[in-house]
Amino acid sequence: MYSRSYKSLVSAPPLLWVGLFLLVPYALMFAHSLWLVRDGVLLHQWTLENYRKLFTNYVYLEVLWRTAHIAASVMLCSILLSYPLAYYLSFRARARKELLYQLVIVPLWVSYLVRGYAWKTILGSDGVLNGFLQYLHITHGPVSFLLYSPFAVVLTLTHIYTPFVFLPVYASLEHIPRQLVEASHDLGAGPLATFCRVILPLSLPGLLAGATFAFVLSLGDFLAPLLVGGSSSTMIANIVQSLFGAAYDWPLGAAISVCILLLVIALLFLTERLEKRWAFK
Amino acid sequence: MSSTPPLGPAPGAEAPLLELRNIAKRFGPREVLKSIFLEIAAGEFLTLLGESGSGKTTLLRLIAGFEQPTSGEIRMGGEGLDLLPPYKRKVNTVFQSYALFPHLNVRENVGYGLRANGVSKNETAERVEQALAMVKMQDFANARPARLSGGQQQRVALARALVNRPELLLLDEPLSALDANLRKQMQSELKALQREVGITFLFVTHDQEEAMALSDRIALLREGALEQVASPREIYAHPATAYTAQFIGQTNLLRGEVRNGIVNCGVLRWPLEEADASATFSLRPEAIRLSVDGARRNTEVKFRGAIRQQLYAGASELLEVDTGAGQVLRVRVPACGLLTGEHEFVFPITDAVRLKDA
Amino acid sequence: MSASGSTRRLPLLAGYAALVFTFIYSPILVLIVYSFNRDGVGGFPPRNFTLNWYAQLFADSAIWDSVWNSLFVAAGAVAVALTLGLLAALALDRADFPGKGLFRRLVLLPLILPGIITGLSLLMFASIAGMQLSLTTVLLGHGTALISVATTEIFAGLQKIDRAQEEASLDLGATPWQTFWRITLPNLKLSLMAAGLLIFTLSMDEIAVTFFLIGRDNTLPLEIWGRLRRGITPEINAISTLIFAASVSLIVIWHRIRTRSIGSEAQQLLENPLEAE
Repeated sequence: MYSRSYKSLVSAPPLLWVGLFLLVPYALMFAHSLWLVRDGVLLHQWTLENYRKLFTNYVYLEVLWRTAHIAASVMLCSILLSYPLAYYLSFRARARKELLYQLVIVPLWVSYLVRGYAWKTILGSDGVLNGFLQYLHITHGPVSFLLYSPFAVVLTLTHIYTPFVFLPVYASLEHIPRQLVEASHDLGAGPLATFCRVILPLSLPGLLAGATFAFVLSLGDFLAPLLVGGSSSTMIANIVQSLFGAAYDWPLGAAISVCILLLVIALLFLTERLEKRWAFK
Repeated sequence: MSSTPPLGPAPGAEAPLLELRNIAKRFGPREVLKSIFLEIAAGEFLTLLGESGSGKTTLLRLIAGFEQPTSGEIRMGGEGLDLLPPYKRKVNTVFQSYALFPHLNVRENVGYGLRANGVSKNETAERVEQALAMVKMQDFANARPARLSGGQQQRVALARALVNRPELLLLDEPLSALDANLRKQMQSELKALQREVGITFLFVTHDQEEAMALSDRIALLREGALEQVASPREIYAHPATAYTAQFIGQTNLLRGEVRNGIVNCGVLRWPLEEADASATFSLRPEAIRLSVDGARRNTEVKFRGAIRQQLYAGASELLEVDTGAGQVLRVRVPACGLLTGEHEFVFPITDAVRLKDA
Repeated sequence: MSASGSTRRLPLLAGYAALVFTFIYSPILVLIVYSFNRDGVGGFPPRNFTLNWYAQLFADSAIWDSVWNSLFVAAGAVAVALTLGLLAALALDRADFPGKGLFRRLVLLPLILPGIITGLSLLMFASIAGMQLSLTTVLLGHGTALISVATTEIFAGLQKIDRAQEEASLDLGATPWQTFWRITLPNLKLSLMAAGLLIFTLSMDEIAVTFFLIGRDNTLPLEIWGRLRRGITPEINAISTLIFAASVSLIVIWHRIRTRSIGSEAQQLLENPLEAE
């Protein structure tokens, strides 16, 4: 139904743009990762030195480990918060469903910065939470671990990414035909058995998508550590950021970025594969 | 037709399996079911027949447990059924959309209810095999529902319900998604299956031919109330109301008056020993025949009419006959070639069934 | 109401859901409340209501300059992302070409890739290409990253169009070009609006990609970021409250548009499927 010129006309511009502004930059980044900086000068020598540095340097490995740890914690906490919420909204809320859904969506789009800043003001030694606790005489002095710690980073990122996990989980729960739940009851399975054997398995694709989102975005986050993390919570993206800033070593920074990029692509492949296996109908 | 005593099976039967007593269901301001009294006998094939909106599916869902009646009670085997959640009732449903679990294969689907109720793996496997054999789906045991055709899915849904040996099987328009030929085939298989397993079937459909072919009894629902409950032959030969007469099969509605022992309907007259009143009669098209020699026994009515339309149907013809005075009757005669002009027709008086006020 | 006995579990689950809601909203509420607190941020409870911080905010010209810059970038990002996103959605829906799978994944990649990667790769590109970092580079960055948003929204909208409408148009004598303008595009109106609104909002809030592409002129988020490095002032609470209010309004509008565009399907999802018959 569509002529060849029509198809070429619509495909060409986005292809060109994407090629120019996505493919080429990634290729450049890859190229940079194979170059070197010596004495503050960028040398276009081809070498794997940066990758070697990355994987043998204890400092970098420790940061990588901490980053993975934080990202995994954020993913888990987000799931623990958003799955029951999504289930409640999809299966139990009746008249208020639409309203509640909007209420969950709204904070999703409120500025990252605003939310990070909010936690900063709450968790500090002079912050609102400490003030609240002291006001109620629960504590007598400021609790210091709240801010400038990995705890604060996990807390803030969980707060930011819970709605991100909620969306796909809710969508996949909504897609489950209610008749399947009725059929399960009809055949003798109670509410708990029905949840475990019908609802949970069928919601896995959405859960997988949301979990990947939360994990990957937390992995590459550099703002939360700067806002609420302090020096004990440096994440891998902070290292990259400083390598492109004060520490001036673009090749090394590019090498780390390439690793993150490859990890994301690998995860995407994996989830796509799994989704195909688990997505039904 | 509401608040009449329970419409049950033939007298002399044992205690009914299922009793619906004064069941009503309201959704907000809408009254979907009004004061239903019904008894279903063990082992019978009862069809709930009605148009969309008549409440038949709602009634089914009440029995399955997915809805609660607004008032009234449901009893099975003498015990209150409406107090139990669906997973505790010995009732299973075959859904209109089949509702097969997409993430389980056929074998796992069929065994679902058994596993949920703690039946051992060995016994489950055995009973699943039997059930699949019963619906001729053994070869598809490892397939996922997405790979099956509509007819195949329907059989699996049936097996999944039957394998649990319920006391009552509910079928919600299970054949409506199938094409005509497959439908006819499944009807006959379903009937044979019910005979074989002896389980009580409660079948919902809007297709009156299907209801007549399959049922031991038909319960005709109209706007939430039971219009008539009787066997197919009884309901066809003696419809209680004009609605029933027109919904099941085709009929001619004759409106007229009884005066001094004579019925006057347009140009038709015959003797009737009843009080003076206005009356409506149902006369089936096939009860009328072409008069060959103009003779008429005194148990018959004769009339003359012009043939306005003739629809050929293979074995028979459906004629539209104008008797003059604005009265048009439909007549079904065996195939006889093209007819024109005026002809004479006769029908037995007893075939004009008097209806209650329409 | 089904008699499935589920009402027993309800209080626990509903309670948990309420807790999650509280978790999501309380930091923001605290933020808003303290923007009116005279003694600044911190301590409890807040006393002394004041509008001083807002007054200070409105007099702060640097902030408003950055707002202007953000608007400029956002408008540009919407133009770029919508145009390319529309074409990409059409291409994905209607054309077949080698590398289509790769193209689709590439377009969607920035959605899930951490902003730092997108930002840095574009920085390297700009550096090699000899481009000066400025609002324009930021605009290009936003536009590129947000094509994915436009593509997904518009692609979903395309699925809802009855193909027969376009065929009818061609059958009646309209050219493909006319069909596009008179039939396809009007049917996509709601999707385009929803996508545009979303891109606008995301661009206004964007910080990770912007961080690496910014030149001399700040966008609003980066202006705030700069202040934060210097210390907390309730003025930031005030601007945050305003941002929150604006985002909320935009998202509510976006959601209304979207629900209208997917219309009956959304209604079916929401309505109780157990009614009637």
